[in-house]
Amino acid sequence: MVNIGLNLFKHELTPAEVVKKSREDRFLAREIIDGIFTDFVELHGDRLSGDDMSVIGGIAALNGTPVTVIAIDKGIDIHDKLSKRNGSPEPWGYRKAQRLMQQANKFHRPIITFINTPGAFPGKTAEAQGQGEAIATSILESMKLTVPMIAIIYGEGGSGGALALATSDQVWMFQNATYSILSPEGFASILWKDSKRADEAAAVMGLTPKDLLAKKVIEYVIPESRSHTRVFNLMRKRLDDEFKQLNALSPQDLIKQRRARFRAF
Amino acid sequence: MDLYNNQKSTSKIKRDASVNDRIPDGLFLACPYCGVQMYNKQLGAFRVCDHCGYGFRLQARERVELLTDSFEEMDSEIEMMNPDFPGYADKLARAKSQTELGESVLTGVAKIEGEKVALGIMDSYFMMGSLGSMTGEKITRLFEYATENFLPVVLFTASGGARMQEGINSLMQMAKVSAVVAAHQEAGLLYLVVLTDPTTGGVTASFAMQGDITLAEPHALIGFAGARVIESTIHEKLPKDFQRAETLMTNGFVDQIVPRSELNQVIAKIVKLHHVTEV
Repeated sequence: MVNIGLNLFKHELTPAEVVKKSREDRFLAREIIDGIFTDFVELHGDRLSGDDMSVIGGIAALNGTPVTVIAIDKGIDIHDKLSKRNGSPEPWGYRKAQRLMQQANKFHRPIITFINTPGAFPGKTAEAQGQGEAIATSILESMKLTVPMIAIIYGEGGSGGALALATSDQVWMFQNATYSILSPEGFASILWKDSKRADEAAAVMGLTPKDLLAKKVIEYVIPESRSHTRVFNLMRKRLDDEFKQLNALSPQDLIKQRRARFRAF
Repeated sequence: MDLYNNQKSTSKIKRDASVNDRIPDGLFLACPYCGVQMYNKQLGAFRVCDHCGYGFRLQARERVELLTDSFEEMDSEIEMMNPDFPGYADKLARAKSQTELGESVLTGVAKIEGEKVALGIMDSYFMMGSLGSMTGEKITRLFEYATENFLPVVLFTASGGARMQEGINSLMQMAKVSAVVAAHQEAGLLYLVVLTDPTTGGVTASFAMQGDITLAEPHALIGFAGARVIESTIHEKLPKDFQRAETLMTNGFVDQIVPRSELNQVIAKIVKLHHVTEV
């Protein structure tokens, strides 16, 4: 009887439970940015076609060092969520990210991306403006950056829409985040023609941080806590440490190491 | 009234039930693009609809025949180590025997109209040309070979996107190939993409859209998201040619649409214009 009580609090979440948790608004992009960095200055627009509100970008200080921050945001209230399509970027969102990455490269600033997206937006305008090209170029340009980049998935890491900002030296995940080729619903509907078998799909997809750490798709799992300040303090410290090590590498070695990281798959 | 409603008259001619079995499959075809019916032989060697110019989907080896003067295959033996997803091993085995390919892409060194290139051809008959880890591996090795040997890469894309059975490993192929595209690019070498029907999903969102020059076959379906996904997201019907090569060209994502019969000349011409001249 006593064990039942203990298990209630100690049991590991099933993949389907992690999927549900990853979709809750446990952490918000702006809260994370304000919690880790100081002096955040937001920068808007891709200089080509517009400004995608679902991608928040700018410059800030990490323990006093200038960095570039790019975060996919799902929004807070219903209006915010609608304008951000629940965190599904448009092509001009990815192009805004590309612009900020190039800028970071010019000023030798490390890049940190925060990812929480069900995937790139599957819309008519998105398609006409080259959603595929936008993601492809984000990935390709990330491979050429001479500054260190760390990607952090703090909710959903949906497919190419997430990879576009996660072609980095390291990828971290929050304890209750997911990273996958497709949503479990989509996976079940493609493979078994039944989107209702999503929970079953979640179990076989290997989308939890634990699975992905074992496959070396990610380097680190960030333990979550009810105290967000604690989480942010931990991340600030760890980012600082990792960037110190990555900054010690020559630009050539950094690129070589990043490419080798993906060559292994 | 009986004259027109005569039930008996229909039964006077006996229908030979076995007639359908005696007509070979695929004798008459409907063009998937314009819908016009045609006799198989009408398509000709290039398998092109003579009404609208749409090129029927080809197997990779058929394309090699049509396109190259010579072809030396690379990495034909490459194999998936342990396909552990339920039913995946069987599917792979079936695809292999149907296409006589090891994976959804055929790679090698080819001569096209006398021009030496590193050539990759994706095959939509192999699990819908999906991007498995060995597909990614073969394309990666092709780029590495091309970079080492100062060769241009010509890649024919045809893919339904990611290979679901491989999960996250399939996604990682997009980045893996992009890494070698970057290195090939930095070596100043040409990467020429030919988009063929269909090029979608993760392939569109990576190496299909990273070429220096991008050609497409007439009316090829090219897109990122599936049409049904888009329609159910925006709650409206998409126009007929929404994700076709012609629309992509209008929107600025394709350099030229080239009929299949002219592809070898156009490719050779472009490759020739990229010969490295001694400084």
